[in-house]
Amino acid sequence: MDWIGQYNYYVVFFLMMTGFYVVVAQGNLVKKIVGLNIFQSSVFLLYISMGKVQDGTAPILLDGEAVYSNPLPHVLILTAIVVGVATTALGLALVVRIKEAYGTVEEDEIRERDDDA
Amino acid sequence: MTFLVATAIAIVRMRCLFAVVMLSGIYSLTTAGVFIILDAVDVAFTEAAVAAGVSTMLMLGSLTLTGHRQAPARIAPILPLTVVILTGVVLLWGTSDMPRFGDPEAPVHRHVAPRYIQDSPGEIGVPNMVTSVLASYRGFDTLGETVVVFTAGIGVLALLGIGGRRGRSAKDDPDDVAKRPTDDHE
Repeated sequence: MDWIGQYNYYVVFFLMMTGFYVVVAQGNLVKKIVGLNIFQSSVFLLYISMGKVQDGTAPILLDGEAVYSNPLPHVLILTAIVVGVATTALGLALVVRIKEAYGTVEEDEIRERDDDA
Repeated sequence: MTFLVATAIAIVRMRCLFAVVMLSGIYSLTTAGVFIILDAVDVAFTEAAVAAGVSTMLMLGSLTLTGHRQAPARIAPILPLTVVILTGVVLLWGTSDMPRFGDPEAPVHRHVAPRYIQDSPGEIGVPNMVTSVLASYRGFDTLGETVVVFTAGIGVLALLGIGGRRGRSAKDDPDDVAKRPTDDHE
């Protein structure tokens, strides 16, 4: 029954690959950024899954004895989420700028225009 | 978790970008729910507020400027699919070495985490350990994070122009009209 114990990781890796596929294979730049977001949050899920302890509770102090989940991954991921939004904002700004300069956000059309130039 | 997979697949298949952005919002919110189940409450509300809220707003904003439809793919995605599946198989192979989910003896839980859990309430005086680690032990990390966000903000302003170009379309912009004919001739 070992696969049950790894189920979270399997889902995480599937999501990670979905995001990767969107980034690599799809031509639309906005969709690429959505794919990047999927990839990011799958990494977050990976870290948080590692931090979980069986029968643990959220790492907020309780009276008496308690089992807490690992607070360290939570801290790292808090930072990562905010940085991720900053990346998204910057990427979208680039996309808007590309749209202004090329009139399209499809990758192959942008390439064609570059070849014509 | 399975719902997450369904949402992700729908995002890959859809061509209407508005629906894709909405689905990515749903996806983030579901992730936040999963974080709560995994005991990461602080992460959950950051994800719900920042990722599901702010990201979706940003994406909607840029969609109004870039258009809603995605062009159909012109080439068969065989090479990317192969690369992706190969990477996925390698990663899955890697999980066979990972400790079981929720195992309290996993290496993650044996390094500095016990010290944070035992000593931080006494040392910092904040009952929420995530907060005390974030603001005190790893304060420089958080400072770096704010620097990153600040830089990104400056970058966005530099790319889009400070005078609020966002509201106008590219055609109304005097700069762009001046630039555009030369672009076409080149």
